[in-house]
Order: sequence, then structure tokens, then C-alpha cells
Amino acid sequence: MRSIHTIGVTLVTAAIVGMYGCGKEEPKQAAAPKTETAAAPAPAAAPADETITVKIGSAGPLTGEIAHLGKDNDNGVRLAIDQANEKKIKLGGKTVKFEVLSEDDQADPKLGPTIAQKLADAKAAGVVGHLNSGVTIPASSVYNQAGIPMISGSATNPKLTEQGFKDIFRVCARDDQQGPAVAQYLESMKIKKIAIADDATAYGEGLANQVEATLKAAGVDVVAREKTNDKATDFKAILTKMKGRNPDAIFYGGMDATGGPMLKQARELGIKSVFSFGDGACTDKMKELAGDKNADGFICSQAGLPVAAASKGFLDAYKAKYNVDPIIYAPFTYDAANLLIAAMQKADSADPAKYLPDLQKISFDGATGHIEFDDKGDRKNAEVTIFTMKGGKLDPVAIVKGGKSIAFGDFMKAADAGTATAAAPAKSEEAKKQ
Amino acid sequence: MQVALPIGKARHPAVAWTGIVLVAVALAALPFVLAGIGTAWVRITNLAILYCFLALGLNIVVGFAGLLDLGYIAFYGVGAYTYALLASPHFGLHLPFWVILPIGALIACIFGVLLGAPTLKLRGDYLAIVTLGFGEIVRIFLNNLSRPFNLTNGAQGIVLIDPFRIDGYVFGKSHTLGSLVFSPPINYYYFLLIVLVAVIALNFRLQDSRVGRAWEAIREDEIAARAMGINTRNMKLLAFAMGASFGGIAGGMFSAMQAFISPESFVLVESIMVLSMVVLGGMGNVFGVIVGALLLSFVPEILRYTVGPVQQSLFGRTLIDPEVIRMLLFGLALVLMMLFRPAGILPSAVRKRELEAGVAPGGVRTS
Amino acid sequence: MDTFLQQIVNGVTLGSVYAIVALGYTMVYGIIQLINFAHGEVVMFGAMVAYSVIVALVGAGTTLPPLAILALATLTAIPVCMIVGYLLERVAYRPLRRAPRLAPLITAIGLSIVLQNVALIIWTRNPLPYPQVITTVPYHLTSHPDGATITNVQVAIIALSLAMMGGLLLLVYRTKLGIAMRAVAQNPQVAGLMGIDINRVISFTFTIGAALAAVAGVMDASYYGIAHYQMGFLLGLKAFSAAVLGGIGNIAGAMLGGMLMGIIEALGAGYVGELTNLCALSSWFDAIAQRCTNDAHLELFGSNYQDVFAFVVLILVLVFRPSGLLGERVSDRA
Repeated sequence: MRSIHTIGVTLVTAAIVGMYGCGKEEPKQAAAPKTETAAAPAPAAAPADETITVKIGSAGPLTGEIAHLGKDNDNGVRLAIDQANEKKIKLGGKTVKFEVLSEDDQADPKLGPTIAQKLADAKAAGVVGHLNSGVTIPASSVYNQAGIPMISGSATNPKLTEQGFKDIFRVCARDDQQGPAVAQYLESMKIKKIAIADDATAYGEGLANQVEATLKAAGVDVVAREKTNDKATDFKAILTKMKGRNPDAIFYGGMDATGGPMLKQARELGIKSVFSFGDGACTDKMKELAGDKNADGFICSQAGLPVAAASKGFLDAYKAKYNVDPIIYAPFTYDAANLLIAAMQKADSADPAKYLPDLQKISFDGATGHIEFDDKGDRKNAEVTIFTMKGGKLDPVAIVKGGKSIAFGDFMKAADAGTATAAAPAKSEEAKKQ
Repeated sequence: MQVALPIGKARHPAVAWTGIVLVAVALAALPFVLAGIGTAWVRITNLAILYCFLALGLNIVVGFAGLLDLGYIAFYGVGAYTYALLASPHFGLHLPFWVILPIGALIACIFGVLLGAPTLKLRGDYLAIVTLGFGEIVRIFLNNLSRPFNLTNGAQGIVLIDPFRIDGYVFGKSHTLGSLVFSPPINYYYFLLIVLVAVIALNFRLQDSRVGRAWEAIREDEIAARAMGINTRNMKLLAFAMGASFGGIAGGMFSAMQAFISPESFVLVESIMVLSMVVLGGMGNVFGVIVGALLLSFVPEILRYTVGPVQQSLFGRTLIDPEVIRMLLFGLALVLMMLFRPAGILPSAVRKRELEAGVAPGGVRTS
Repeated sequence: MDTFLQQIVNGVTLGSVYAIVALGYTMVYGIIQLINFAHGEVVMFGAMVAYSVIVALVGAGTTLPPLAILALATLTAIPVCMIVGYLLERVAYRPLRRAPRLAPLITAIGLSIVLQNVALIIWTRNPLPYPQVITTVPYHLTSHPDGATITNVQVAIIALSLAMMGGLLLLVYRTKLGIAMRAVAQNPQVAGLMGIDINRVISFTFTIGAALAAVAGVMDASYYGIAHYQMGFLLGLKAFSAAVLGGIGNIAGAMLGGMLMGIIEALGAGYVGELTNLCALSSWFDAIAQRCTNDAHLELFGSNYQDVFAFVVLILVLVFRPSGLLGERVSDRA
């Protein structure tokens, strides 16, 4: 009797599962609405021309702590797609309507492969994303398996392009370019002793390791190497320890949520060393978290060029469409989307197999400057900017390109002297990487 | 008495067998139905099955033996890292999965015993906190063992983990058989399903064995059990070890499926989620915890797709993230279940009796 | 020496915060043998509510002195937390008073998650910077100009914490309510027979604990300058470990345990690296000697294990001296 009861239950469960199978048609369609038709309704208007729809995926955290950055990235992609649709590009003789498929990965590494699979199922022709390295890396395996080219505008962990995937690219600098850039700048400030800390995340640890390696190679004495975690609030213990070793400078690899309090507590303890951060703490929020007085004078870096140097055309178009300024990586995602479109145009096809070789060899001038990829998928000669906080604002002080440091003023003069569009990527204010 | 699928003793064995065959066919066809909608759903199903494993494992500790373990996810992590370290470029080792999974289970067992040993004399609440502490300690170690010797690669995690491979059939690649496409998630689905069935059978056998009854006795009254001659210390350790081993195997499969693991996947919240599944489904009831695991895996995913657009249409923006809804579901499941139906959705008769002992006649809770 | 002194100062301040939170845990456990997992979230709520008040006041361009702003914020946070504490007990714990111990424990965990997510919905996921209303003034402890300092905020926290413990001791040992609380803690049934309204006493215990939690939350957030929806959980766990260290159910024990826990954490994070510096073994192992020529620090356990200390302490206490340093005060529950 009981056995039949159990069998009955399992049958019912199976039936429910079966119904889920059919019922799931709905959720998929409910998921699809994240697409946005950028162009005006075309079908009725152009009966003579055949139109095909090409879907471009845009993946990033649209909810959660860094939703504002994810949205910023998404805006960049949409701007590019809108402009492309206005141009009425033709591929293989047919007019193309580009569509953006926005997906929310919540900055969660577990969701990376799931979102990637969704975009692959939806037959995206190319993907711009994700934002965090920790999400992009697992997702990249899925894109590679599905044969879909992916360009990230902000994932800086070197591992992304070290996996040997030929269809994974990035248009921003890598942490192993950012780290040495920071280290070089510190060196130029004649730092003899430095203490290094990180927040034990993939991003923070990676960056701090890079800085440490470069500084050690340059003969600077690393007097302390501390770690904390990304949820900590009390840094006095490690700061006191560092203070005892008297460093000239302290570098912290982590986000502003921990960098700010750390700076505040350091000044409270009477530590006078210069503080240096990566792009995670290169934000305006630092002055709120550390206190205005404490925040003055710290140095930070960003993978890319400051907004001031971004192409005017892009900045104006972005402002006109969204009514706000880009935050950080919108120019990069804008360029990434345009790279995909440009490669498709070169190959005259939206088929990834056909346009991938063109993408690999592409030479393109975008909002962030001239872009070419090396054979790993990294951007050649990516720039890193060094900022300092003065009077509550982040001011760029130097650009590091190809291992050489150029003072910002000189860089802008050279840029102005060159073409107007050579000016580069957006104001990088916050880059949360993991 | 627990149901142990005694088909032979069923009143109508023919019906029972037909039922089983139908279920088997449905489950075999399921991934292709889902793949028609989107391979993403097959992935979600695979993750749900992994949670079933975890729920079954925790069920042994919490449900059978009555020991509240809040650090269960540590075993999952240990299993996952064992696989990752033995089958990836990290150390350059590439052992086959049928060697690594048992090793993972064994190492998880050892951790289970290590966890259990100091907690044997502790009261329920202290046991919970100490196991929580252990779970956190394991995670912190996984996160930090990159210096001075790089064991786990710290927060960066381990990439390019080998997929399963049977004689040239690589699970990580798509294979076409006739008109059916076996994409990687589908490959893993079948493997997971087979192992799940085996584990379920194992659980039923365990429940009805001497060990299972010893656990039941310990759970109900430890002192009486000891008086009856049961070696409570060994039985408790066995509970931890067996529960841990399930977590270890599940961890290994997780590693291979994701091809990338990091300590972020093994946080305390995951332990609590598995506990929610066990509590919701029915502590001590094998099918109950599976139902709990499936519910709490699929419902948040479905809500993710439905709630967003609903909120957009009603309020013009998303008030509550799908992720927040998911966590609220877990928390509320725990609270509401304990208040109104502590034995779970599919209660085991024995547990139901125990847990509702605090109810006055008439079902009214005395306040 | 200065470094050591500074670590002690940091530890004592940190410990004061742990102590206040531990008081809440210890009182509740003493009375109903329940670890109130959600207590950490009440602390967090206190910090968040105070944050909203401070931001509102500062945003409205108030001319009140900083201390008044902080006081106002705290005074708003306290009743809110008391209500939350009361509701927790009434809705979730009271119905389960006679259930087996597993049930209220699981409920407590569930409530902790629910509260965290409610806070998330109200105050978003972003870490919230506390407006710096008080200017920090360091006082030097030694003659060395760069030496150990203690700031006015730290002094305030320690003083406030001691004052609150004093107040609580007064309450528990000198008032009728306190006698009732101690009676219920000792033996609820007999206390009930003596005419004590057990439910009221228990509710009161929860609300007092919650009020203390609110103050602790404001202290913690203004000291570190940041409030976050997840700040309560780990803080709560460490405070609970502190309570166990001192002796659960014992108020003085909670204070002592809290202070000790803070000092252990500070000294641990500061010195464990040096203590486990494998380079000291260079003379015995060549491989280590080689590695240490480049880098004199080969720390086996560094400051990143700071959070682990609380758990290790807990486990050690439970294994070697389960009743804690000052002895536990819980009733015999069969």
C-alpha cells in the first residue's frame, strides 16, 4: 500500500516535471523581452528589401551592487547598435536590423556559464561582456564551445585570454599591465619601502601580486605583504603592523568599499605614507568613505584612458541619448559592439565562423582610440591612466602606454595635435573587478 | 516506517513497475525537451540534481542522525577542489574521473570525521555554531592557500578543469547521435541521474540497516541509545563521514561541469540553502529532501523570469532583485516550515511525531 | 613596543563592540537556551536606521552639533530595534518554546536571512558611507610622536560600553525585573509558580538585548565609517564566540569575553604572521633558506586568517573549558 503511495507521488512529480517542460516555453518567452529593438519598426516600412535580424548579446550585472556599472556598459552597447541600425548596414545583400539581448549575470561567477548558455541558445552572433573577470572567465568556456565571439570591455584578469580561446577578446588593459603601470609610477616617486595589501579576491590579489612583482624587480623593499577580505571593516591590526615597518607608500588591491575605510583608519593611526590603489578604488566614493581630508593625495590607476580623453563624438551621442555622462567602461563596450559590427561588415556576413578571422585581424579607430588585437585576444598597446585625488576630484596625472609613462598634460597636447577622434575611452570612475 | 521501495511486496507489482518505467522514460526524455527551450535549462536541472545530492548528504547528518551541521558546504568544496587539483593544468595532473571521484569522497569523509570529532559532546546549538565555524575555516583556507605555497590558487580559483572522459567520449564536447544532439550539459545530466539513482538506493538501504536504526535511536534519545549498547561516538562520526562523502562526490561533478571553481561558490549561505532544502522537503525522508531540493532550485529560477517583467509592468521598475527574492524564499522556507509544518512537505512519520511534540492537543500551539 | 600598545588599543576598542553585542546573546541564551542568530542582524538594523537619520539630518542642513546628531540617530535606532527584537521573539521564538531544540535554531537562521534581505531591499546592496560627523582627535599615549595613539572615538566607545555594562548589571542585580530575569534563567517553571509572568520577562530580555544591539550598531558603523547589510552576521558570530568564551549566561563573562576576543583578534592579526614566519627555519631547511633570500617573509598564516581566530577560540573553549572563563549560568534543561 505504502509502496503504491510512493509510486503515486513519484508519478505526480514526474508529471509536474513534464509540465514544467512544457510550461517552460513561457519563461523563455518572458526572458526574451530583455531584447530591445533599437531601430524603428522596419518590416512594414521596407517591403522591397529583405531584412535579417542579427542579435548581439550584452552581458553584465544589471542588478546588485554594481548595477550602475553594468547599466553603463549596456548603454554603450545599445548606443552602438542604435547608430548601426540608423546606418542601415547591409550584409550579404540584406539590410540588417541589430538587436541587443541584455542579460543580467549579477556579478555571480555561477551565473556566468548559465547566461552564456542562454545567449548561445538565443543564437547571438556575438557578445559584449561580461563586466567582472570572475564571471567572464567561466562564461568564456561556454562561448568558446558554442563558437560565439566575445569581447569584454572591462574584465582585466590576465587569465581570460590565457586560456587559448581564439574567439575571446578584450578591449581594456590587463591587470598585469595595470599593476606594473602603478608600480612604475610609484617608482618614479622615489619610493624605497612599500607595504602591500589585498582583499583576497581574484581581482585584488591578482593586481597586488603584479605590483609586488614589478616593484621587487625594480629593487624596492616590500616591507609587508598583508591580506584582508572584501567584507572586512577593521583594518587597524594590519595597518598598525605596517606602520611599525615604516613604509613610504602603501598599495592596496581592492575595492573602494574596503579601500576607503582602510585609508581613513590609516590616517587615524597617524600613518603618513602615500596610498595607492587599483581601479577598484579609483572612484569618487573614496572621499565619502575616507573623509575629505584623508582622501586627498592618494594615487590610483585605471585600465584605459580618462573620460576627458574619450572621443567627443561618443560623449555627445551618449549624453544626448541617456542624459547622463558615461561612468566608466561605456566607451569600451561601445567600441566592442562596433568592432563586432565592423568585422561582420568586412566579412559581409553575421556568421561567427565567417567573421571571426576578420575580427582577429581588425584595425579599428573607436571612442577609446586605435584598437588592434594580439594573438591572445588582448588589445595591443593598451593604456593605463594614473589618477590622484585633489580637492575631492580625481585628476589624471599620467598615462602609461607600452611601458612608458607620459605626463597627462603632454598626452593631451599630443592627442589634440593629432586627430580629434584619437581621444580615448571614458571617464573611468569605478571598475569593480573580480 | 520508511518506505523502501519493496516492489516485490507491493500489492500490485505490475502497477508499480509500470510507474517506474514511465518515470524512467520521462526522465530520459527530459533533457531533450528542455534543450528545445534552451540548453540553459538543462544546466539549471544539472545544478538542481547536484543540490539533490547535497540535500541527501545533509539529510543523513540532520535527518537521520539529528545533528545540525551548518558547515556542510565545506565538504562540497573539498570534493570540488580535489577534482580540480587532480584534473587540471594547475598541478599538471589529469587523472580520470573514476579515480578522482572516490578519492574526493574519501577526502571528504576524512574532513567529516575531523569536523565531527571535537563536536561529539556538544549540545545542539553549540554543534551548529562549531560546524558553521568549520565551514568558514575551510572556505578561508581555500581562499588563502596561495601563499606561501600555492595549493589552491586562492581567490583566483582553478580554471580549465578537465571534463569527464570515457574512452574518447568527452563529456565536455557535443556529440550527435542520429538526430539527437548530446550537448555537454546533456551528457552530464545522464551521468548525474544515474549516480543520483544509485545514491537514493544507498540511502534507503542505509535507513533500514542497523546503522540507520542506530542513528534514529541517537536522534531520539542519546543517553538511552548508549544505554542500549550503541556506540554513539562511532555512529555520529559515521553520520558525518557518510554525509560528507556525498558532498564530496557532488563537488567533483560540479568541478567538471563548470570547468572553473573558486572559493566563492562555497560560502556559508550555500550551507544554509541546503539546510532549507532539507527542512522544506522533510527531514529524514529521502524523497522529501529531493522534492525540497528540486523546489528550491527551480522555483527561484522560474520566478527570475516571471517576477521581473511583472514588477516592470506594475511598478515600472524592478523593486526587488530576483536574487533577493531567492534568498527571501530560502529564509522564509526555514521560518515558516518550522512554525507551521516542521516535519516538512513530505514528512517522515517518525520525525513528524518528534517535531510536533510541542503541540498541544488540537494542534494549537501553546503560547 | 608602540606597535604592541597600538594593537592593544585597537583590540580593546574592537572588543568593546563585541562585548555589547555579546551581552544580547548571553542574556537570551541564559533565559531560553537559544542562540539568537538574528541578533547580529538587529545590530545591523540599528546601524542602518541611524544612518538614514544622520543622512536625513545632514541633508536637511541641520545646525545641530555632531554629538547631537549622533545621539538623535541612536535614540531613533533604539526603539526601532526594540520593536524588531520584540517581534522576533513573539512571532518566531515563542511558538517554538517547547519544540525540540532544532526547531528554534533553524528558525533563527531563517530569520537572519530574512532580515538581511529586508535590509537589502530597504538600503540597497551598496556599502553606505557614514557621514563623518565627529572629527577624530588622536591622543598620544607615549612620548614618541609617531607612536601609539588613542582617538576620542575609541575612548567614547570603550567608555560607553563600560557604562552600558554597568547599567545592565544594575538592572539585573538591583531591580525587581532583574530578579525576575535571573529567576526565569534559573528555573522557568518555578519562577512561573512564584507569580512571575514568564512571557513578559522573556520579551523584556529580548528588547533590552535589542536596544544594546542598536547602540552597538551605531558605535561600530561610526567607528569604521561604513555600514553594510552584511555587517551583522560575522560580527554576531564573533560576539557569540566571545560570550561563550566568557561563560554563556554570565553578564560579566560576556564583557570579559568580548574584550578578550577583540584583543586576541588584534594581536593575532598583527603577530601571527611573524610567529609563523617559516624563514626562521632557514637554518634547518635549505629549500626555505633559498626562498627566503629574496623575501624575508614566508608566513604560513598571515593576517588574512583574522576571521578564523574567533572560530578557533570558540572550538578550543568548547573542547577544553565548555563553561567558559567565568562559568556559565544556564538553567538545567532536561
